[in-house]
Amino acid sequence: MHAAPLVALVGNPNAGKSALFNALTGARQKVGNYPGVTVERHAGRLSLDDGRPVELVDLPGAYSLDPASPDERVTRDVLLGTQAGERTPDALLVVVDAANLDNHLRFTLQLLALGRPVVVALNMIDLAERDGLTLSPEVLARELGCAVVPTVAVRRRGLDELRAALSRALGEAIGTAPARQVEAPTEDMGALQRRARALSAEATLAETDTRRWTQALDAVALHPVAGPLILLALLFVMFQAVFSWSEAPVGWIEGAFKALEGWIEGTLPPGLLRSALADGAIAGVGAVVVFLPLILILFAFILALEASGYMVRAALLMDRLMAGVGLSGRAFIPLLSSFACAVPGIMATRSIEDEKDRLTTILIAPLMTCSARLPVYTIIIGALIPARTVVPGVGLQGLVLFALYILGIAGAFVAALALRRTVTKGSSSGFMMELPKYQWPRARDLLLGLWGRTLIFLKRAGTIIALTTIVLWVLLSFPRAPAGQSQVDWSVAGRIAGGIEQVVAPIGFNRDIALALIPAMAAREVAVAAIGTVYAVDDVEGEAGQKTVVENLRARWSLPTALAFLMWFVWAPQCISTIAVTRRETNGWRWPAFMLAYLFGTAYVMAGITYWLAVWAGL
Amino acid sequence: MLTRTLDSLPRRHAATVAAIDWAGLAAPEAKRLRELGFDAGVSVEVLHGSSLFGGPIACRIGRMTVALRRVVARAVAVEPDALPAE
Repeated sequence: MHAAPLVALVGNPNAGKSALFNALTGARQKVGNYPGVTVERHAGRLSLDDGRPVELVDLPGAYSLDPASPDERVTRDVLLGTQAGERTPDALLVVVDAANLDNHLRFTLQLLALGRPVVVALNMIDLAERDGLTLSPEVLARELGCAVVPTVAVRRRGLDELRAALSRALGEAIGTAPARQVEAPTEDMGALQRRARALSAEATLAETDTRRWTQALDAVALHPVAGPLILLALLFVMFQAVFSWSEAPVGWIEGAFKALEGWIEGTLPPGLLRSALADGAIAGVGAVVVFLPLILILFAFILALEASGYMVRAALLMDRLMAGVGLSGRAFIPLLSSFACAVPGIMATRSIEDEKDRLTTILIAPLMTCSARLPVYTIIIGALIPARTVVPGVGLQGLVLFALYILGIAGAFVAALALRRTVTKGSSSGFMMELPKYQWPRARDLLLGLWGRTLIFLKRAGTIIALTTIVLWVLLSFPRAPAGQSQVDWSVAGRIAGGIEQVVAPIGFNRDIALALIPAMAAREVAVAAIGTVYAVDDVEGEAGQKTVVENLRARWSLPTALAFLMWFVWAPQCISTIAVTRRETNGWRWPAFMLAYLFGTAYVMAGITYWLAVWAGL
Repeated sequence: MLTRTLDSLPRRHAATVAAIDWAGLAAPEAKRLRELGFDAGVSVEVLHGSSLFGGPIACRIGRMTVALRRVVARAVAVEPDALPAE
């Protein structure tokens, strides 16, 4: 027999389930995976008043026991006791939105029919009261036949009462039916809905005007003309902020890494070890970590938009446009996240119910200009695109960067259109979403989300990126070239690059690029570090070694080559993490292989066209 | 008043769902619509029409606000409540 009884936290989406889970378990949480499916298992511990420990598992939000998505299937299977890797819960903690009983009680009725002990958390009772609802938990408890506790998870109200009710429910549970498979209730949805409405009406003592704030805000946010304009303005401010707010912190990080490099050069004797550390590891990791501020600002916006409830409105506004290429507005959220990084973007596609729709979104997500492309774009543009003013206030460099973003988006739309007519053919999926109430995003939740992102990013920079730059440094530094020979040409990496160069020469790529492409598979931003390492190793004491990467680029690259290189990066899926997450999310190698083929193929053709057009135009 | 479909209901005009053409909807859409509380006899109101280019509409159903595409709204027959006194 297990020591701690298992309690399942279950409820509709938007019931405030996760907030309640956080409030009850605090930091004592464990995130894992259910075997065989890509659904995360969130579990935590809480102690009842008598000191008994309870394991609380937060099940994915669902509308009923009849699943429409992989997430909802896990919820049903856990509740029925058929989910591999999970015990049958000893009791259920059902979370309902107090302001939306009509709807949420239907699922509650279904859950009660499972016959397990149930405690209902009447959550967000404060918002319901503000909405003009006066509810009676007593009536609800009497009619449902289980404990009903009013709670406000985000303000930690009602938690003690909830624990006490759980304690009583579990007390009853001991000695009742042992954990085993249970029958799914069969009552028809319409009948359940009518019972839920009747119950809700009975428990509602008074009701006045509803959701005034949300409706007032929506009158503007969803206005046929103002709505899209506001969305456009928000996106503009967001991208503007990513660049302007990050300037100062990027400078600090650059300074810190420069200082570290200087310290190593001053401390260690000249030689291979010093070169490996300073030119390899520190320079490589530094080139990547400087982009942390940009990523954090972008994610701060995305998290705030999601927490406030605006993101669903944005999805609504984008639905028409997305429907035009065979997608739905739901794809907007994953695609927007992909501007920061395609990995969380692809994971966010789980909320898309339609399989074909989801697959198409996954396949085009890598075309959104992720933050890892920025270092590549900015350094090449800075070095080779003239800093000319096109019209007052608009520089040529900024225009090129903007064009690269637009090219990615346009490319994604064309790709979606083509994919929906070929490999992911199917009837167009629908768009039906609940618009949650607007809420002021809570600083604590935002900071927790950002902290998680920071850890993931730094771990990546400290492991994959540090390792690839060191390996590249080793491959570039050995075998040592005899005097008078170029170290890079003589090295292992140089010889490998010689082979790659044969393939990429027709699209205008030189040996430096051929060298950078392989390590850049680990992460795009490594391309910059790799090119830097090439020049540093090539001629340590000589001219090239002393010059900055930018000066070297100016001396060695032609404009057509630079443009072809930029075009390559718009399309090429140069990111092992993206490929890995695609494999995980699509359960096999078929789709990641397809993604590699179609994106590399397009990258090659587009870069070639760009190069030859530029040469022909005499640039 | 005569029955009309939800997509043609004027904004901010309370109505009651008269019938839903479940058979005319794709199965997953019908299921989701049901789960969001659409059912005969429920009060409904269009809060926001589609944008300039004809996107989804937003409507209040019970105490929820739900966005749905016009093709789906067309499957929902509604009975407009009496016009409020001007």
